[in-house]
Amino acid sequence: MVTKVNLRRRQLLVGGVAAGIAGTAAAAAVHDGELGAPPQTIRGAVPWKEGTADAPPGATGSGYTYFTPVEATFIEAAVARLIPNDEVGPGGVEANVPFFLDRQLAGPFGRGDHYYLGGPWPKGTPEQGYQSRFSPAQLYRAAIAAIDQYVGANLGAATFAKLAAADQDKLLKGLESGEVKLDGGVDAKSFFAMFLQNTKEGYFSDPIYGGNKDMGAWKMIGFPGAHYNYKDWVTRHGERVPFPPVGFKGRPGWET
Amino acid sequence: MLVGFGWTGAIMGQQLCDAGLNVVAFERGPWRDTPTDFATGFAQDELRYMWRHHLFQNVSDDTLTIRNNVNQEALPMRHLGSFLLGTGVGSGGVHWNGQIWRFLPTDFLTKSHNEKRYGKKTVSAYDMTVQDWGVTYEELEPHYDQFDQLCGTSGKAGNLHGQIQAGGNPFEGPRSNEYPNPPMLQTYGPTLFGKAAAELGRHPFPHPTGNMSQAYTNPLGAQMGACTYCGFCEKFGCGNYSKASPQTTVLPYLLQKSNFTLKTECEVLRVELTADKKRATGVTFVNSAGEEFFQPAEMVILSAYVLQNVRLLLLSGIGKPYDPKTGEGVVGKNYAYQTMSSVNVFFDDKLMNPFIGAGALATVIDDFNGDNFDHGGLGFIGGAYIAGMVTGGRPIEMIYTPQNTPAWGLEWKHAAAKNYLRSFSLSIHGSCMSARGNYLDLDPTYRDIHGRPMLRMTFDFTENDHKMSDYLTDRAAEVAKAMNPREIKLNRRTGSWSVTPYQTTHNTGGAIMGDNPKNSVVNKYLQTWDVPNVFSMGAGAFPQNAGYNPTATLAALAYMSADAIKSQYLKSPGPLVRG
Repeated sequence: MVTKVNLRRRQLLVGGVAAGIAGTAAAAAVHDGELGAPPQTIRGAVPWKEGTADAPPGATGSGYTYFTPVEATFIEAAVARLIPNDEVGPGGVEANVPFFLDRQLAGPFGRGDHYYLGGPWPKGTPEQGYQSRFSPAQLYRAAIAAIDQYVGANLGAATFAKLAAADQDKLLKGLESGEVKLDGGVDAKSFFAMFLQNTKEGYFSDPIYGGNKDMGAWKMIGFPGAHYNYKDWVTRHGERVPFPPVGFKGRPGWET
Repeated sequence: MLVGFGWTGAIMGQQLCDAGLNVVAFERGPWRDTPTDFATGFAQDELRYMWRHHLFQNVSDDTLTIRNNVNQEALPMRHLGSFLLGTGVGSGGVHWNGQIWRFLPTDFLTKSHNEKRYGKKTVSAYDMTVQDWGVTYEELEPHYDQFDQLCGTSGKAGNLHGQIQAGGNPFEGPRSNEYPNPPMLQTYGPTLFGKAAAELGRHPFPHPTGNMSQAYTNPLGAQMGACTYCGFCEKFGCGNYSKASPQTTVLPYLLQKSNFTLKTECEVLRVELTADKKRATGVTFVNSAGEEFFQPAEMVILSAYVLQNVRLLLLSGIGKPYDPKTGEGVVGKNYAYQTMSSVNVFFDDKLMNPFIGAGALATVIDDFNGDNFDHGGLGFIGGAYIAGMVTGGRPIEMIYTPQNTPAWGLEWKHAAAKNYLRSFSLSIHGSCMSARGNYLDLDPTYRDIHGRPMLRMTFDFTENDHKMSDYLTDRAAEVAKAMNPREIKLNRRTGSWSVTPYQTTHNTGGAIMGDNPKNSVVNKYLQTWDVPNVFSMGAGAFPQNAGYNPTATLAALAYMSADAIKSQYLKSPGPLVRG
């Protein structure tokens, strides 16, 4: 069922954005999605309830809850190749993407709450998209084991993480193109596509989800974040908009 | 009774309640309102709404199956991709961009007009099965106007009563009224696009939009605020009451009416018919608690999304299912889509600031849409509008990188950092002609959580549409080059239709309208030929899809249907057109 968390009006007004929402949401069992709310019969008025909001389900805690230590080693090594660190901007690891991935896989996304996973499960054509029986969390688990197994059998190293960076890149390209075939019922291309997409999600999504640390990825490209009003800037063509990025919890230095 | 409560459900509910009918609407998704579900404090959440599908249909217990042709085995669409189906009160009307277009007068005469101008073969080539609509632009115009007034559409008329107006779209059909609100302000990219297009002799104009250029009160008394150009329209709800939706335009009025009832989390399983299948007696529905009920009704209006309406017709035994082998039958026939491509433009010296955007913030040219240009010798019919558009700069989805940039690694990161603020995109929004092998029916294998067969979609782009799209992409590239960028990148429509990535949620056909029961499911008033007290709303009625967004046309068709119900059907319930 959809649990709408209680939201104090005052919190909404602070700074014009929802400072404090994420902290409130963390305590509530927010259902990601829309299935299973109780049936309602609505007549005579808009059934709005004061002080409720379907606030976002931010990430909490620290450390890994889904990844095993072995899996975490793979994820950190691979994310560092998908988005390497340098002076232009943070790498995926520096932006805390592995933590983001862990929390995503531990939650509704990982469970496949928005995936149809019923059978039968023929492989299908590329145009038919994702056709695995695995939920995303299951796919990561199976794929990481299969990749490390492939490395051991073919590349003379114990695990992916132990390969040199250039060899890691070569293997990732092989997964991307589908040239590398994996065991364990894992479609390498499907896994790589999901892993890359999720990595970019962790890099660029609001920091409440655990990645995009200090909004570093937004700073790198110049995206101001959850900024709500650009009316004064619409016709100021070609000018640099000077707003530093802001997330749902505000930004460093804000008193909330 | 209304089955589904998005745009057409809201419009029919308001129209029929005002006529004094007792109306009950069933919506399978939840209740949604602005301050609770998409408040400004958290509405701009790309991860949650776009990528985690928070407002979209959850396909985990009900999806459809897909394949490119009849020789393939259809498999379930296991995750949303190519189109993002709505659910809940307001449905897709909550998370649309607000792009409000009228089809051209000749778009309603796809078969007869093109036959006359280019010869009989042009409309039957490539196995095309295009038809005339059985309704004309002139008949629909007052109803297009009703929808503009409801939404407070912001724009500039190009044709008022047959007089061409400076600054608007000179190719559009005659309007009876100017837009209710002036156009939106244009950011840098659309402005440069408009200048370049004009230099090439094209006719640029501001995109008509349901994003408010100023505060507006509509004829139902609903109030909307001016858009703040935050860049989170499509896939998101608007927290600012600045985007026309059932929530902002109809519900404040309709929910106060004592003769209107809305039941949420209630899914209609099928329409029940009398033994002779000539009349609907009501519907069977199941609620989220799993309880099943029968709801009697005098009239059943299918106002769910295209794909659900067609499926309900098939599941209920209303109309003869289409068979692509014989070409006989009508339900499921002429499913069509939208043929999209784009051109990315990269500057070194100009800041585009793509995050300043809105759902329909664009400058557009319509010179190559429909039959606005001579198709002689081109080998295709149809066309597209070309829009220099900034719906937003949401970074997971909308970072453009130059040709041959890898999708990851340091080179990708550097390209993202360098180009995000300095790139821009032209959207080519193409028509999609119906063809013999493109259709909807019930899947023989996969079933939903209620045990009903899923809908099966068989679809691929035709050679007509590939040719059209290539020609239009070249026309867009001309404008892109005239903007004097560092470089451009062409994203052509190539290969078969794929369920990934996102293209557009403009699915059409399958419950098409026409002038007789042999060629269509519904008459011009959207009344089914076979069961006169069942009406089927929405873009399912389109015999093929034009090069425009469908919402205004399906809304106008709903208003026209409501008019016919009020003025004719209620006095004498029965067929509104003799078949």
